[in-house]
Amino acid sequence: MLLKNFKERVIYYLIIFSTLVTVGILLWIFIFIVKNGILHLNLKFLLSNYSGDETGIFPMIINTLIVIASTIMIAVPIGVSTAIYLTEYAENGRIILVVRFAVELLAGIPSIIYGLFGMVLFVTILNFNWSILSGTLTLGIMILPVIIRTTEEALISVPKEYREGSLSLGVSKIRTIIKVILPSAKSGILTGIILAMGRVSGETAAVYLTVGMVPRIAKSFLESGRTLSVHMYLLAKEGISFEEAYATATVLLLITLILNQMVKVVSRNEMN
Amino acid sequence: MNIEKNTVSKNRMIENIFSKFFFLSAVISIMSLVVIIIFVFVKGIPAIIEIGLMDFIFGKLWRPSSNDFGILPMILGSIYATIGALLIGVPIGILTAIYISEIASKQIRKMIIPMVELLAGIPSVIYGFFGLIVIVPLIDQTFKNGGNSLLAAMIILGIMILPTIINISDTSLRAVPKEYRENSIALGASKMQTIFKVVLPAAKSGVLTAVVLGIGRAIGETMAVILVAGNSPQIPFSIFNRFRSMTANIAIEMGYAFGLHQEALFATGVVLFVFIIILNLGLNLFIRKVSD
Repeated sequence: MLLKNFKERVIYYLIIFSTLVTVGILLWIFIFIVKNGILHLNLKFLLSNYSGDETGIFPMIINTLIVIASTIMIAVPIGVSTAIYLTEYAENGRIILVVRFAVELLAGIPSIIYGLFGMVLFVTILNFNWSILSGTLTLGIMILPVIIRTTEEALISVPKEYREGSLSLGVSKIRTIIKVILPSAKSGILTGIILAMGRVSGETAAVYLTVGMVPRIAKSFLESGRTLSVHMYLLAKEGISFEEAYATATVLLLITLILNQMVKVVSRNEMN
Repeated sequence: MNIEKNTVSKNRMIENIFSKFFFLSAVISIMSLVVIIIFVFVKGIPAIIEIGLMDFIFGKLWRPSSNDFGILPMILGSIYATIGALLIGVPIGILTAIYISEIASKQIRKMIIPMVELLAGIPSVIYGFFGLIVIVPLIDQTFKNGGNSLLAAMIILGIMILPTIINISDTSLRAVPKEYRENSIALGASKMQTIFKVVLPAAKSGVLTAVVLGIGRAIGETMAVILVAGNSPQIPFSIFNRFRSMTANIAIEMGYAFGLHQEALFATGVVLFVFIIILNLGLNLFIRKVSD
């Protein structure tokens, strides 16, 4: 590139430097944590309980999976339906504006506020206590914006001809949506779901206040159960064991990595 | 004939049920927001009234055991930490976005973008842990202040807002029409002049959105801040002091608080909420003004 003078060269190097900082920080975090965590990461750690002499994270892994699955099951139908309503049904511009504004604000609310809300309504008033159920309902609302937005985007990008073609063949609107529009928006919707899974698995503040921190597998939706990120937080905060903390952090990073790859696979399918 | 009529009316009924369900879902989304606002405010406002708005917001002493509920130290702590995060994250983020959208080759761009996405996906508690075991000791070695400090939180939050800033800035930079760049170069402007005098100003509303979302992420972050801030409820007088954010105030004491103390924590949430709402409204107004 042609750089005219000294000042331009300085700016150019600043740009390069910033990019290196961004990339460097990511590598630093990953390498530092994985390097220290991998040593302690074995089957015994992954598959044993957390009680007495045992310091495994098996219950936390299961609880995390339960919370992810139940949250997705609640939020996806509502989120996808909201997006369908916005793109396919709503004719009143004002309603669309109100829903969009609500979604935008929901997306901006800090997770600790979701935690507070979940604690008053689900834990206290509805008396679900600290439980998977309280957490699921709270997190379900928290991930609505991600699902609504990605689904809406995916639905909007479905060509108009698909709808017109299907409708002109005499297919009803709802059949058109289910058989034509949703399938062609599938990968966009899936991307949203995976992003939401990532958000739930990494969430700490809201989970801590609604699901609680009992380090056992929750046997019902009304029981408390510590998730991986809450476990991670407690290990770091109490300084109980840095070995365990590094290893748990490594597991969380692996989950992040896997979800990230899933997004990539899903969106690659879309291109083909 | 009769059968046909039946299927038609049955279809209509199905159509009806589904469209009602879609509408209901949209209503649930709106109601969620309304319900969250109502519950947090209803639980928090009485405490603000009992303590007194001025005493609550401008009170410098937070000592629940003796009924002192002033959250000025936490408000200032959150604001300082957010400003610091912006000072670190905004320049690095925007310059990185400029690199990947304006300078990098297609292959390098394809390598860096997934890394930024990965950075966005890392759970906040991991950032906090990284801060605790890497940044805090580093600061302690350099400045001998124990390490837990405003500076540590600024650095960690600065890193955490990077992906938000980069992603949105990159999208808006790429949305600037090619002709802008071509015309500017044709007029004899250099590449750097084109980037900073033509492309960046044209992408201004997107970049501003990125910054505002970054502010939202920084001011709302809880666990990462708790792990590096030291959490003493005092006004920090330098970046090397310990401090406590509004979010940390809520998360740390919620576990054991009851009565007025618990309500005061909800009231802290109300103040935080008001910050977020003002931020969102401000951004909306600005974007409307720019697009007019």
